[in-house]
Amino acid sequence: MIYDVIIIGGGVTGCTIARTLSKYDLNIALLEKEADVASGTTKANSGVVHAGYAAEREYIKRDLCIKGNKMYTQAVEELNFPFQRIGSFVVALEDDQIKDLERQRKEGTQDGVLGLDLILDKEKIKYMEPNITDEVVGVLHAPSAGLVSPYEMTFALAENAAMNGVKFYRSQKVKRIKHQNYVFIIKTKDKEFRANNVINAAGLYAAKISKMVGMDYFDIMPRKGEYILFDRNSMHLNKILFPIPTKISKGILVCPTLHGNTFVGPNAQNITDKKDTSTTEAGLKEIIEGARKLVPNLPVRASIRNFAGLRAVPDSYDFIIDNTDVYGFINVAGILSPGLTSCFAIAEKVVGFLELLGLELKIKDDYNPIRPKPERFKDFSKEELDKKIQEDPTWGNIICRCETIPEKEILNAIHSPVGATNVDGVKFRCRPGMGRCQGGFCRPRVMEILSRELNIPYEKITKKGEYTRILSGKTKEILLNQEEVEEE
Amino acid sequence: MKSFSVDVIIIGAGSAGLAAAVEVKKANLDVLILERDKELGGITLQCIHNGFGLKEFEEELTGPEYVQRFINQVHELKIPFLLNTMVIEITKSKRIYAVNKEQGLIEINSKAIILAMGCRERTRGAINIPGFRPAGIFTAGQAQRFVNIEGYMPGNTYVILGSGDIGMIMARRLTWEGCKVKAVVEILPYVSGLLRNQVQCLEDYDIPLITNYTVTKIHGRDRIVGVTISKVDRNFDRIIGSEKFIECDTLLLSVGLIPENELTYQAGAELSNNGGPLVDNNLETTIEGIFACGNVLQVHDLVDMVTAEAKRAGKNAIDYIQNRHGRELKEPEYVKCAPGENVNYIKPDRINMQNLSEKIIFTLRARYPDRRILVQLKDQNNNVIYKKKKVYVIPSEMVEIELEPKDLPLDSLKTIEIEIIPRPEVLIEED
Repeated sequence: MIYDVIIIGGGVTGCTIARTLSKYDLNIALLEKEADVASGTTKANSGVVHAGYAAEREYIKRDLCIKGNKMYTQAVEELNFPFQRIGSFVVALEDDQIKDLERQRKEGTQDGVLGLDLILDKEKIKYMEPNITDEVVGVLHAPSAGLVSPYEMTFALAENAAMNGVKFYRSQKVKRIKHQNYVFIIKTKDKEFRANNVINAAGLYAAKISKMVGMDYFDIMPRKGEYILFDRNSMHLNKILFPIPTKISKGILVCPTLHGNTFVGPNAQNITDKKDTSTTEAGLKEIIEGARKLVPNLPVRASIRNFAGLRAVPDSYDFIIDNTDVYGFINVAGILSPGLTSCFAIAEKVVGFLELLGLELKIKDDYNPIRPKPERFKDFSKEELDKKIQEDPTWGNIICRCETIPEKEILNAIHSPVGATNVDGVKFRCRPGMGRCQGGFCRPRVMEILSRELNIPYEKITKKGEYTRILSGKTKEILLNQEEVEEE
Repeated sequence: MKSFSVDVIIIGAGSAGLAAAVEVKKANLDVLILERDKELGGITLQCIHNGFGLKEFEEELTGPEYVQRFINQVHELKIPFLLNTMVIEITKSKRIYAVNKEQGLIEINSKAIILAMGCRERTRGAINIPGFRPAGIFTAGQAQRFVNIEGYMPGNTYVILGSGDIGMIMARRLTWEGCKVKAVVEILPYVSGLLRNQVQCLEDYDIPLITNYTVTKIHGRDRIVGVTISKVDRNFDRIIGSEKFIECDTLLLSVGLIPENELTYQAGAELSNNGGPLVDNNLETTIEGIFACGNVLQVHDLVDMVTAEAKRAGKNAIDYIQNRHGRELKEPEYVKCAPGENVNYIKPDRINMQNLSEKIIFTLRARYPDRRILVQLKDQNNNVIYKKKKVYVIPSEMVEIELEPKDLPLDSLKTIEIEIIPRPEVLIEED
């Protein structure tokens, strides 16, 4: 079979493109090298939907960001992922920074960013965000900025795409691409896929994929950002707080999450190893120090996790969204911040390219843009809960006690259209193990459910795919093996 | 929704909950135990090593043997319990909402509640170890569950960070399984668990204990391949240049236990600095008729001490129902008890002057080890009102002081501060 379109990369960019194309009468597949979608840059970033005033005016990402921000409203309605426009502050700590904020306000407003407001009244600032430092002299308030859970959004996109017929192939790392008679033949470790059009959304590896078809015109470098996550209820922030940005980054922010936690980060470190998502002592110190400039009373003792993500930084610093000279090969590369914000606008642009390539884009009769909201134990009233448990007792079997997650939510995560296949997959879909005990209690029970539902032996359950098995075997095995060796 | 009433609800069927339930049942009160796991017994069930019961039964038992004696009593006394049942809310009026598969949402009204939810382990995030986030990192208790209950091995070669009791016990247990424990790494200059475990679990098996070191980096993207450990200075800052790499496929964390008080907090009871609820001499929290005992109140050294505390909580709940419940009593006056020099925390946090117990039992932990010391109580004017000599204190051994109310100057007492100080005469002798 020859697919009309194959998308390489199951991050937020690839999944948004997949979902946007899924409304058309096309055969589409998506290939992801990791065991799950949302496993790369998508998994570990700030989750901020930017207002759009920040990028330089000559970059295409500025326009896509402003447009993309507005597209979230409809996307959230259709896809039911966690999103809130809580607004952001860019925090000026010195008087001479105000001029720059005013310029950003003016240009942003001209370019269509709604509601930008320069606030110099310290009392008002403190009222709006009581945790902000006393050193504040002014803030640029962007009410259209929002918070999204990037991986939950990506799962929602993938699910809806799959509902509308997109085939998802995970653990399929692309090894080679041949372009023959206008057909792309894509080889992975154990499969071969054919397509008339290929969309390269391979994130950090986009340059490598592009080179496979001879399109060697850009480079992607990893830039690491480290984060620290604090326990729920350790602090209540109303706004996303940015420092005055530097040349290479928007700086270390202090930010609430949609689940009531607070996080700080990221720093920005240019590195060379595209797999190096390790955190460092110096980095963690740097982000604490940076964050304290905005919020002096950080709940440092309530930290529950640190992590790092890699941004895919193109040598041009701008998004690379090209209909390349190889007919049917589209690059969507270098999608660094504000890529998450821009993804819907990017996907729209890609649709335009496919149209130019002569693809017939006919909307399917049975296209369903709605991905139902995942049912959550926590959202039910007591009466609803009782009814739910009577209907399906697995609602009453609590697996994760920190986050109050019942078996039913885990079953839903496993059996959803692009379902969880490992412990992290369950964790990122419905949160068992995200809480303060970080899986201490629920991990064996989540493993039991995965083993039972997917028919995988218990000891072969992985954390996040091949090579990440959680257990090494059964008890007594080591001793029995030793005895055998001795007998020989 | 199913709704009913009992006299006393016990939350948690571990060693604390079971002992408290038995005590309450003996007074012929209606008691109900709620347990979120699939069986009675709690964490003691996975502690298959010996050393339990020396105080309570004057016998040496394993964990499951110890707790089985209480499970048997629960059966003999026909104490009702609900398994696989998760409490989701406690109200100030002592109503509890819980869920399970069979009954759905249950509403239970009670006269008194005994909190016995135990504790949980501190995790990697809580100590912020930098590096990758691969498979192969377990808390010691989680590894213990995998090995002793589920019958699975977390890995083959281990480094254990922290010398808490579970960590040391697991070092021995894994060695018995044929695994290699490369090192137990402790940031402090001394082990943080009991001395007997250092001897019986580490020294007897030649497992290296590396003190003044901590894990400063985790290696391996998919499965852990090793850790970097570094020496620390007095402020626990890493000494640059002291790094050593240790190869391992599993890292266990035994870096402390935290009382598990989300429900307590959500109910509106105050918590104190040890993470447990603020209680008075009757183990009553700041919500009238809600009591706490066992590791949910404070992390104990031995299960025998949990049992003793749980029995007290049970007795006090009985006393509450018989003498105070439903009566208009005047607002009690409290004497606040505060930790002073070299005292990490003190229980009780306050003394109820209207409701003095027969004995006032203070339990506390030192911040750091010291020898030839005095444990002393001072009143609001800094006058010493009680003192006791001790040969030594270490943070891993709880200090217990039993007083009778008549030992204290009750009429004038406003606050109590407890401190652990070097004995003055020792200073003189050494001069």
